[in-house]
Amino acid sequence: MEAKPFSDISYEQFLNEDKLMGSRCKKCGALFVPPRSICIKCYGSDMEWVEMKGKGKLAAFTVISIGPPFMMEEGYDRKNPYCSGVVDLEEGARVDARIEGLDTTKPEAIRIGIPLTAQFLHRGEGEKMTTFLAFKPA
Amino acid sequence: MQKKRKLGRGVAVVGAGMSKFAMFPDKDSKDLFVEAFNEMRSSVDKGLDPDDIDALYLGNFTNDFFTHQGHWGPIISDVVGLAPKPATRTEGACASSALAFREGVFAIASGFYDIVLVSGVEDMSKRPTAEVTEGLALASVPYESRVGFTFPGVFGAIATDYFAKYGATRDHLMNVTIKSHNNARLNPKAQFNMTISDLMKARIERAKKKGEPVPEWKDEKEALWDPRFNPQVAWPMHLYDCCPISDGAACMLLVAEEIAKNFTDNPLYIIGIGQGSGRGLHAAPSLTSFEANKSAAAEAYGMSGLTPKDIQFAEVHDCFSMAELIHIEDLGFFEEGTGYKAVEEGLTRLDGPMPINTSGGLKCKGHPVGATGIGQLIEVWKQLRGEAGERQIPKKDLHIGAAQNLGGTGGTCTFTILERR
Repeated sequence: MEAKPFSDISYEQFLNEDKLMGSRCKKCGALFVPPRSICIKCYGSDMEWVEMKGKGKLAAFTVISIGPPFMMEEGYDRKNPYCSGVVDLEEGARVDARIEGLDTTKPEAIRIGIPLTAQFLHRGEGEKMTTFLAFKPA
Repeated sequence: MQKKRKLGRGVAVVGAGMSKFAMFPDKDSKDLFVEAFNEMRSSVDKGLDPDDIDALYLGNFTNDFFTHQGHWGPIISDVVGLAPKPATRTEGACASSALAFREGVFAIASGFYDIVLVSGVEDMSKRPTAEVTEGLALASVPYESRVGFTFPGVFGAIATDYFAKYGATRDHLMNVTIKSHNNARLNPKAQFNMTISDLMKARIERAKKKGEPVPEWKDEKEALWDPRFNPQVAWPMHLYDCCPISDGAACMLLVAEEIAKNFTDNPLYIIGIGQGSGRGLHAAPSLTSFEANKSAAAEAYGMSGLTPKDIQFAEVHDCFSMAELIHIEDLGFFEEGTGYKAVEEGLTRLDGPMPINTSGGLKCKGHPVGATGIGQLIEVWKQLRGEAGERQIPKKDLHIGAAQNLGGTGGTCTFTILERR
């Protein structure tokens, strides 16, 4: 695991293994999710992998009626909109994720700050597997 | 931290022209550009010999995707007779032509060229809406599009945080939309030169003709709350919070300050020009402000020696109603978290103390993405020269105006201040 480059590809591979991973700068301690290979705080390039616990709070969200083709193919549309959001992780970093388990027909009732827990939505199998990071109410 | 910038020599705007912005099934990028070019030529008070133009800068985001044709610099330079002079294309998503403007300014300020045409074009409407949306999404932040965010979705998410932090509601966003439509009603170049009331009447007439139930709306807000009139796109963004798909072209003639009076007695001078870049939602310091805006504004204010109070009116990039509120706060016209109140109090109306988007903004004037940045500056040009017709700002001594252009979801922002002396 330690040998993996601090890249988007590695981040996606970890998601396939149900792991939400970030990188931490060994010099200044700054945390990045998804990982960065260069620390944008101190320009250090000595990084280490850190696994997130997958706990967080909803920072912002939207409920989308007209989505891109890959979401429409999953059955989402005007009558069945989906939620995407920004999640503040317990560790201090912020991630973009799909938000599951909320009533998307009543977006006005969704509250910012609700506690969330990570889930990993797998699509396809083996070499072709991709995973969407999602969160649901804790 | 911000270094005070200055141009190597002064640069002035002496001509400007644009096509109408709309969906044109029978006009392509070249046709629209010719319209803009001809209007620009006729706007140069003392005349322009196109042979005197040294170079062309063209902003274009992704005609490659929309029309399956790239490399638009030489195509456009040829159609208006400028080839073999240099033609350079700039790309900054929806801020592409503001970057062309900047590069043109720098080319003159450096002393290399004296007369430069800066421009933008986009031809978006020839493909189905789903594909246009896909094309625009090329400017998204990959981490966001991966989890289903669309452009309206990103501004929707920004709005949920803004609402929670400052107590604004959808009702406040509607004030932005209503104002944009009221201004666009007075702009013959606007794609939707109709008020919300006009659109409601049209809808009622259509229902009567078709024998469908006739909507009974008390006022504009009631129509905007009605999902049949204003359906959800990406909560809380609804149809009337979003700018349309448009085709269009715009250009401006820039010259060295010392020769400006050869072209007109009424040139405008570029006194502040700033640009910044930003990151995705997850990496931004705040969800309700764009770093790129603040950086661009600091550069332009620093160069001009002005403060936000000195700006008499502005065009800002209202791709979504929510964006207008963020921009008027980021640029310092109003305190953070108070933009929605300012709009509600009418402060940003055409006859208010700080008119915003007198053209009708992207929402109503239209948003042919690569042409938008110059299109905004053309509104500033018209207002400062007293040529805005029915929508002329009723202020005495109008002499400083600005335009802010945004690319992607804040990835590129520019801020440009023009002065009439």
